[in-house]
Amino acid sequence: MRKLINDPAEVVADALRGLAAAHPDLRVDPDAGIVVRRDAPRSGKVGLVSGGGSGHEPLHVGFVGPGMLDAACPGEVFTSPVPDQITAATTAVDGGAGVLHVVKNYTGDVLNFQMAAELAEDEDVEVATVIVDDDVAVQDSTYTAGRRGTGGTLFVEKIAGALAEEGADLDAVAAVAREVNERTRSFGVALSPCTVPAAGRPTFELGENEMELGIGIHGEPGRERVRAGTATEIVTAALEAIDADVPLRGEQVLVMVNGMGGTPLMEQYVAFGAASAWLADHGATVARSLVGAYVTSLEMAGVMVSVCRLTPGLTRLWDAPVQTPALRWGR
Amino acid sequence: MNAADLTAWIRRAAELVAADAERLTELDAAIGDGDHGHNLARGLATAVDVLDELPADASPQQVLTTAGRTLVSKTGGASGALYGMALRRAGKALKVDEIDARWLGAALREALAGVQDLGKAEEGDKTMVDALARAVAAFDAARHEGADLAGAARAAAAAAEEGAQATVPMQARKGRASYLGPRSVGHLDPGAASTALILRALADVTGGEG
Repeated sequence: MRKLINDPAEVVADALRGLAAAHPDLRVDPDAGIVVRRDAPRSGKVGLVSGGGSGHEPLHVGFVGPGMLDAACPGEVFTSPVPDQITAATTAVDGGAGVLHVVKNYTGDVLNFQMAAELAEDEDVEVATVIVDDDVAVQDSTYTAGRRGTGGTLFVEKIAGALAEEGADLDAVAAVAREVNERTRSFGVALSPCTVPAAGRPTFELGENEMELGIGIHGEPGRERVRAGTATEIVTAALEAIDADVPLRGEQVLVMVNGMGGTPLMEQYVAFGAASAWLADHGATVARSLVGAYVTSLEMAGVMVSVCRLTPGLTRLWDAPVQTPALRWGR
Repeated sequence: MNAADLTAWIRRAAELVAADAERLTELDAAIGDGDHGHNLARGLATAVDVLDELPADASPQQVLTTAGRTLVSKTGGASGALYGMALRRAGKALKVDEIDARWLGAALREALAGVQDLGKAEEGDKTMVDALARAVAAFDAARHEGADLAGAARAAAAAAEEGAQATVPMQARKGRASYLGPRSVGHLDPGAASTALILRALADVTGGEG
């Protein structure tokens, strides 16, 4: 294992110390494992808290700031945060208007956020929860833990964050978060595995000419292993899976081509070009777009395509100002 | 069995899981995300440290609920929540200082109920429930046939191991392994494997009495 780390056991805390040094506008507590925007809590504003395993940076710590999350709680690498962390983040950002938990649908995240919500409510903080489950790669989801929360999490956090910033109440912020989740679908492809520092070796092996279709964001294998294809073939497989689930024809869409951590931006643009052409051919209009590594799996190579079918209201909230380490526009 | 024996159980479980952390993590890498062994070893080691700080007159209930709370707050992931819940519920069931086979059986049943309340898994879903449910049933069966606490614990440990092995041909329906669909078949479930170790630890520390 060759990684730019000092000690596998300290990698998350060390990363948080670096984040703190780079972004003095965040309050970072490496011991408590929470990252909070400097001006929280803001009286009367709904707080937005998200979190999950580390190793997906910039998700979630890179999305803390005005217009998006009020706090993030990063767990160990690919491991959900613990209830103490989530509760600490929740109470730190409660301005009296309640707190929305944005939770990716992974068993560990769901269980720990559920316990934390109960603990926070014991302290008289009102908590609402939205579970993100945008991943169409999970088939027959009645027979599994359900669809995973992946790239669409960024859309949910950005749009709900914008509405919370405008002063909407908890019900409204939770409702828009659920609306974004319902209108969003994602599909990911891995071209290489990744190595969790504590384990020291790749989570799976891929042959020279193989790829994993339908991956999650934790280095786990996908739904099937197939022969590696061209960028166009990969993006077509992703968009066909999404389109089969929610037809995109006639829709105004927000499209993200997300690098999984080890894929160069050049290749992400190749993929975006292919996505854009496919969508045009299938009668969808790309209204907004995002290209870059935003929801990663350590150094895994590959891409995830996320598509949200916009409404004028969602477009307006997407365009609203945001100022975080990893997403910043309009102010 | 008393509070000190329960502390010895958690200590022994921490030893067995630490010794097998690499294997558990490999099992998890095959069908999950490859962190189960190291995570659970870290959580149990912390629980041992916390138990060492408990006052000498701590009750059995305090020992297990403290261990459970520590697992929840230090392990993370689904396994921290589920094992933490199991130990907390088992602890709450223990209302006496001296635990006989009947009390321990009740505690194990509560642990299983806690895991199922939280995780919603049934037998056959390829999870820790496949090991734990068989262990609970075997403990009760052995007790009804006249086994003492140590004998029932040995039966539970053997059944947990069988339950874990029985997950190999199953297709996962819960947890991250469920996303693999048919590809999860042929792999031992890491949660069931660690449950077997924890029941083995129980048999180890009660062995002297039987």
